[in-house]
Amino acid sequence: MTGITRRSFLGRSSAGIAATATLPALTAGPQEKAAAQQSGPAPRTRIELTVNGESHALEVEDRWTLVEVLRDHLELTGTRVGCDRGECGACTVLLDGKNIYACSYLAVWADGKAVETVEGLARNGVLDPLQQAFIEHDAPQCGFCTSGQLMSAKALLNEGAEVTEQSVREALVGNICRCSNFLNYQAAVLAASRGA
Amino acid sequence: MKAFANLSPATLAEAVELLGAARANGEIAYPAGGGSDLLGMVKDELVAAPDSIVDLKRIPGLDSIRVSDSGTAIGGLVTVDTLAGDEGIRLRYPVLAEAAAAVGTPQLKNTGTIAGNVCQRPWCWYFRQGFDCLKRGGDQCYSVIGENQQHAIFGGGPSFIVHPSDTANALVALDAEFQVAGPNGERRVPASEFFVLPRDNLQRENVLDADELLVGISLPASQAGRNGAYRKVMDREAWTHAVVSVALTLDMDGDVCRDACIVLGGVAPIPWRVSAAEDVLHGQGITAELAQQAADTALEGAQPLAKNGYKVTMARALVRRSVLEVSGTA
Repeated sequence: MTGITRRSFLGRSSAGIAATATLPALTAGPQEKAAAQQSGPAPRTRIELTVNGESHALEVEDRWTLVEVLRDHLELTGTRVGCDRGECGACTVLLDGKNIYACSYLAVWADGKAVETVEGLARNGVLDPLQQAFIEHDAPQCGFCTSGQLMSAKALLNEGAEVTEQSVREALVGNICRCSNFLNYQAAVLAASRGA
Repeated sequence: MKAFANLSPATLAEAVELLGAARANGEIAYPAGGGSDLLGMVKDELVAAPDSIVDLKRIPGLDSIRVSDSGTAIGGLVTVDTLAGDEGIRLRYPVLAEAAAAVGTPQLKNTGTIAGNVCQRPWCWYFRQGFDCLKRGGDQCYSVIGENQQHAIFGGGPSFIVHPSDTANALVALDAEFQVAGPNGERRVPASEFFVLPRDNLQRENVLDADELLVGISLPASQAGRNGAYRKVMDREAWTHAVVSVALTLDMDGDVCRDACIVLGGVAPIPWRVSAAEDVLHGQGITAELAQQAADTALEGAQPLAKNGYKVTMARALVRRSVLEVSGTA
């Protein structure tokens, strides 16, 4: 083992590129920024994000989506990119408690907000009841959509309303499982909601 | 996505100014509410790559709902989710709450705004798959001789898109008024005049000019006794656009219909109000026969394409059923 993984190699390379780029003024107002946009490097903005309770101050390219920042810059790769078009739900995270498609939301728009990802579910090595129920009900098959399913389920349980088969279906409707294991997901969320 | 600047104006005037200034400089700038439709279009290169995106989310005062006895004001940035769950809206304007609830998925409703839902671009499969169609400046509507199962049976030509917004149908049914902000200040447009047919403007689905924004919606006072509903038929139970839908409000005095408003969705390039069918109900006691008669009248004059004739039958059944349900006759 060399100690260099593909991910750490890619991570270092992109950090190198970012460090050598000349940056437009970060404190510029919209008008100055619009003028500075004409040519030159991609516009960047400094933002503050709370991710799974931890605050991060970072500089992002304006065009980066939230999921790009989570995966490629904060190394939180539990959140997946499937369609990258707000259709499949693999990128689902909570933004200020509501589930959203992180592929269809710019990171700059999340400035000052709280993000929760699948990595934030387990606490002190103990799985979230949802995760435990997912295991017990064989909810994941290939697993690609699972982190998104978990976050939509989390949003549902956070609402605190009575959970029914119908409300689970409605809550998970934006998360497509290509293995079509929907019924197991539904059973798992129902079980978790009942503390079973 | 290619590089662009995200601009965060603090006021509406500044937002309009940024859009205008970009255009004057020959740059491309798009406004973003929730932004999900816009980012998808940018990624798919269905619109020119932007130099900037003008994010409206930081503009204060546009994200509240004020319900009162004299009428209701909905800020353009109110999310579809908030609208669907608002107690006042559910109680006084059930047709709108139901239409909002019927939109897409929780994730889309949590970011998508009411203004963005109303102004979303068409979801015709040719348009979204990048065909060089009329809507994108090309020279033909591929649905005419192509796969037109989802296309218009009313108001089509030369493009046969259907308007994709659920809430738009409800807003037309409620006689809403739209507040539009632009370089010359604000103007108000009745919902019934906001949407435009392809024959009047191929490039846009509404009256907004390039630098104009839909910033708010006013609803007239809700009348006691007026009930409403939004019924949406989809080719699967959820997470898609209407094959056909109906936004219906009925003002009932016992069994007698004092007033009715019927707007069909999924059948035309704009929310399609069927006044002749409303006239069938006015002043009449609602019966199964009358509901059928209104439904038949609603679909008179439909001009289906080769593969969407089923929409006529489906919409007819939906109107009949909805009239009976909402009037309490079913």
